[in-house]
Parts: sequence; C-alpha cells; structure tokens
Amino acid sequence: MATLKIRNLRKGFDAIEIIKGVDLDINDREFVVFVGPSGCGKSTLLRLIAGLEDVTGGTIELDGRDITEVSPAKRDLAMVFQTYALYPHMTVRKNMSFALDLAGIAKSEVEKKVDEAARILELGHLLERKPRQLSGGQRQRVAIGRAIVRNPKIFLFDEPLSNLDAALRVQMRLELARLHQELQATMIYVTHDQVEAMTLATKVVVLNGGRIEQVGSPLDLYHHPANLFVAGFLGTPKMGFLKAKVIHTSAQATEIELASGPRLRLPRDGRSLVVGHEVTLGIRPEHLVIDPQGQLPVITDVTERLGSDTYCHMNTPSDEPLTVRVPGDFFCAYGERLKLGVDVSHCHLFDEHGQAVSHALQQAA
Amino acid sequence: MLTLKQSRRLQSVVLGALAWTVALILFFPIFWMILTSFKTEIDAFATPPQLIFHPTLENYLHIQERSDYFHFAWNSVAIAFGSTIIGMLLAVPAAYSMAFHETRLTKQTLLWMLSTKMLPAVGVLMPIYLMTKSLGLLDTKLSLIIIYTLINLPIMVWMVYTYFKDIPKDILEAARLDGATTVQEIVRVLLPISKGGLASTVLLSLILCWNEAFWSLNLTSSSAAPLTALIASYSSPEGLFWAKLSAVSTLACAPILIFGWISQKQLVRGLSFGAVK
Ligand SMILES: Nc1ncnc2c1ncn2[C@@H]1O[C@H](COP(=O)(O)OP(=O)(O)O)[C@@H](O)[C@H]1O
Ligand SMILES: [Mg+2]
Repeated sequence: MATLKIRNLRKGFDAIEIIKGVDLDINDREFVVFVGPSGCGKSTLLRLIAGLEDVTGGTIELDGRDITEVSPAKRDLAMVFQTYALYPHMTVRKNMSFALDLAGIAKSEVEKKVDEAARILELGHLLERKPRQLSGGQRQRVAIGRAIVRNPKIFLFDEPLSNLDAALRVQMRLELARLHQELQATMIYVTHDQVEAMTLATKVVVLNGGRIEQVGSPLDLYHHPANLFVAGFLGTPKMGFLKAKVIHTSAQATEIELASGPRLRLPRDGRSLVVGHEVTLGIRPEHLVIDPQGQLPVITDVTERLGSDTYCHMNTPSDEPLTVRVPGDFFCAYGERLKLGVDVSHCHLFDEHGQAVSHALQQAA
Repeated sequence: MLTLKQSRRLQSVVLGALAWTVALILFFPIFWMILTSFKTEIDAFATPPQLIFHPTLENYLHIQERSDYFHFAWNSVAIAFGSTIIGMLLAVPAAYSMAFHETRLTKQTLLWMLSTKMLPAVGVLMPIYLMTKSLGLLDTKLSLIIIYTLINLPIMVWMVYTYFKDIPKDILEAARLDGATTVQEIVRVLLPISKGGLASTVLLSLILCWNEAFWSLNLTSSSAAPLTALIASYSSPEGLFWAKLSAVSTLACAPILIFGWISQKQLVRGLSFGAVK
C-alpha cells in the first residue's frame, strides 16, 4: 500500500517561486507521469517528494503520515536518477545491496534479494563488475535494480531514459511498463517526452510553469484536453489551432467563423461564450480528411512519410498551419490547393482564455 | 613540406625537449646539493666548480657525531603527520558542506580563506610568539602542529573542495535515499570516490609541513626542533662549511623525497581507479 497526498505544495529558490501550489493525490499501484516542457518544475516536484529539497509551503502525506519534514533516508522511497548515480567504487552487487546493508539486513537475505532483482533485470552475469565497465543501458538497469531490491513504498524516476539512444529507449520503456505490472508498485515518473507519458502512465500530470494544468488518464487527456496548453502538448504531430470568432451560441451548438472565412457549426455547449469574441479551434491530424467537398481550403506544405501513415502539413489562407493524417501511400504534392473536411464532433473549442468548451449535453437528434 | 603526421611528431619532440629542460633546471639545485654533500669542504669551494672529485662520507659522519639526526627526523614526522591528520579531519567536513550544501556565502568564504595566505607570516610573528609563550607551548611539537594546521587549512579545504565539486551530487543524494546518514554518506560513498584527490591533499600537506622553516625556527629550540631547524643550525653567516650544509640538507630532504616518490605511484593509481566515469 502506498498513497501520496500533496496539498498546496510550494517551492521557491531564493525569491523565485518554482512550484506554485500543487495539489495531487496518488493512489496505490498507480504509474503517475509528470510531464511538461523542460524547466517547468517536474524534477523539483519529484525532489520535494523524495525529500531532497525542503518545501517552502504545503504538506506531503505518505500513507496518511505527514512526511513533509522527514529526511529522505526515512521516507522509504527509491529514486532512479537521469545520470544513474551509481556508486562508482562499488560492484553492481554492492550498488544494489548498499541500502539493505545500511538497514542491517542479514547477509543471506540481502543476497537473495539482489539475486532476485538481478534475475528480473537480467543482470546476473554483471554482478561483479564496476559501473564504468557497463554500457548506458546496463547502468540504467542497475539503477533500477538498486531501487527494486529495497521494495520501497514508491519508485521515483527522473527522466531515466533520456541518456539512452532511441532504440534502447523504446525497449526500456516497454521493460518499465512490464516492471510496473510485475511489481504492482506505485511509481512516479518524470519526463518531458509526451510519448513516454502517454505510453507508460496510468495517470498523467501535465505541469506548466510550476502549476498542474490537468490530471487524468492518457486517453482522457488526449481526447478531452482541459485547455490549449494540454491540447498542444500531447499528441504527435501536434494538434492544429485555428483562430475563430463566435457567431452564434446555444446549449446544443456553437457556430464560429474561421479567420480564413469558412463557418463551422460545432456540437458544443456555447452558453459560456460571447458572440463576437475570439475562440480557438483545435483539430488533430486524424480528424481531418482531404475532401473536394470540404469546408476548409488549404495549400499543401511538406509531407512526412512514416510508412503506415503520412502526415501532410498544410497552411490555411490565413497562414495557420494544420496537419492531416492520410494513408501511408497517399501522395501530396507541394504547393497544391486542396480542401479539407473537418470532423466537427471531434474538434476542440477553446475560449478566449484557452479553456476548453465542453461538449453539448445531449447530441442533437 | 611536412605531412600532418610528421608535424605532429615534431611538435611532440619539441614539447618533450622543453619539458625535460625545465625539469632539469628545476632539479639541478637538488642534484648539486647532493653532489656537494659528498665533497670535501675544499672541493666544495673550488672555482670553477668540479664535477669530477673524490667522493667522501666525512660530512655525513661529522653530522652523525655532532647531532642526533633521528631526534629531529622524529619531530618532523610527528609534526607533519599530526598536523596533516588534524587538517584533514577539519578540511573534509568543511569542504563537504561547501561543495554539497552551498549557500550564498560559500564562494566568499573560500576566497576569504585563501586571502589569509597573502598575509606575510612575519606580520603575525610577535602575537603568535607571545601567545605560544603565555600558553607555555614554546618549543613543543603541539605548537607547530596547531600553527601548521592553521596555515595549511585554507589550501587543504580548497583542494578537497575542488575534488568534491567534481563528484556528481546525484551520487550522494542516491545514498541519502538509500538510507545513509550524513556520516555514512561521507565515509562510505564520498571518501572512497575521492580517495585519489584526498591522497594528493595529504601529500601536499605533509610536504608543506616538512619544509616549513619560518615558524619552526622561531618557536622551537631543541626538544621539538624538526629537520629544518637542524639545517639552519649548520648554516653559518660567513657561508663556510658548504659541504656539511649540503649533507644535512640532503638528509633532511631525503625522507620526504622518497616518500613522495613512493606515494606518487599510489596516487596515480588512486586517481585513475577512483575515476567517476
Ligand atoms: N537548486 C536550484 N536553485 C535555483 N534554481 C533552481 C534549482 N533547481 C532548479 N531550479 C530552477 O527551477 C526551475 C525548474 O527546474 P526543474 O524542476 O529541474 O525543471 P524540469 O525538471 O521540469 O526541467 C528551473 O528554472 C531551474 O532553473
Ligand atoms: Mg528535470
């Protein structure tokens, strides 16, 4: 069992506030991913949880116990660092057993736990090596092994894969997901990579500028971003954004006029909007189709071929970029004039403050 | 025209020659001292200086008769090691806190500590002499141990600090999360990782203590006098007895030179084995 409750957590370095009041609940066995642009305070938040930084305000509770002032050594959390942070003078075995030795656990017990972790991570043949004799991927495994042997309340990961090459990163990502299943442990994982966040998390926490933008399951955030920031941050290629004006609103629908001219009628509850105000229309690449009868005239830009899919980048007449997903063998010439069909039920609408406008209550029959 | 490879080789030959020249110039006085210590007083004075002569041990025998070398040598050893041990016991925690728990004043503190080295020692001769005297510590090893520790501490802290600074903070934080107390963190993780750097600091401190002459001459007379005082007792204002002076200097330098030479091998090994890579 491990649950974490964070209330109004704040952290400043000197006069600069980095974490600006964070409230978060983490439940047992969740794989929580903190994601956000670099510098938004993800590592700082993780280090506050670990106890490596002193809080400026707020509280942290672990399993109902206030640990805000407890030293990191007594929190029973394990952390995997971006730089691995292995003890360079110790063998792999010693690295993994260090915490258990400190805790005064019997030798035979320690050996059993280290061997078990080494088996899970396939490190058995490396146990007598020093860290400098290992590759990056192997070091990463040792760092994870060091955490596993302790059976901590929560695993903390700070961008553990960012020093690995792309292929290894994908492989380790799968292994981490498997590890979470196998250990049934609570994990908190920091990354700036939204793909890692989407693929690993059971709960994604999107951070921006020291604040939480949104918390939810990966698909929840993907399909129902609460604001422009989350909408633009999650998903590759990025969601396209078009400026528009509100023309007509009702509980069932909102009519808008795009900057480039066309009008769209969206099934959105527009009662919070004001006619004449600016809004933003967000459309993901998979919700656009090339269609001679489409509402949206565009000029094609470059195309990216991924094999299974092709992404055509386009510009609207008002020079706003859009991306369209088309089948892998589709050909899209540069500089061509086309029309796009918009799947209005899957579009996102954001008010002038960047907040999402909710779906219409009942789908109009 | 030289090929790239040839010019590289030429460059390394020139650099090598330069290094050897500098090394020889630096080594020459020591070489000459050792040579002179085996000459008779008359040969030692000869102009032009002689490279070929009949070596003799009479200077060394004379010194053995006149003074108790091992008494002075023991004092040197006790003072150098005493001061170095105390110095390290103070420098390591100080450098630890400055390297890993930096505050806004850390940089200034370091600079201020080093700036005390700019004060000429003679400037505080009177106060220190009087304090030593009123504490009843004149001509005791303890007084020199304390003073050498204080003199060398800024350099030791600075050196240990730079070695600690090279160690990624993450490693210590990992230890902290693994349940290590601050002492365990230092003793079981930090010190083993930085043992090469710590050994160099110890060696430097030993050498500085061993060679220190100003305070040893002013604060000791006989019972606590180290080898530097022994050398001084052989120098005469008229510049007589060059050979004996050379012999006693050779005797005084030999232990630390040999010690330095032996530990140098260990040092290089320690440095490359402990590397944080
Ligand atoms: N020890 C520190 N002292 C001062 N500023 C810091 C310190 N640690 C982090 N910061 C600042 O806090 C901000 C957030 O840092 P961090 O949490 O590492 O971001 P992220 O992990 O999201 O990239 C950055 O602007 C960084 O400069
Ligand atoms: Mg970070």
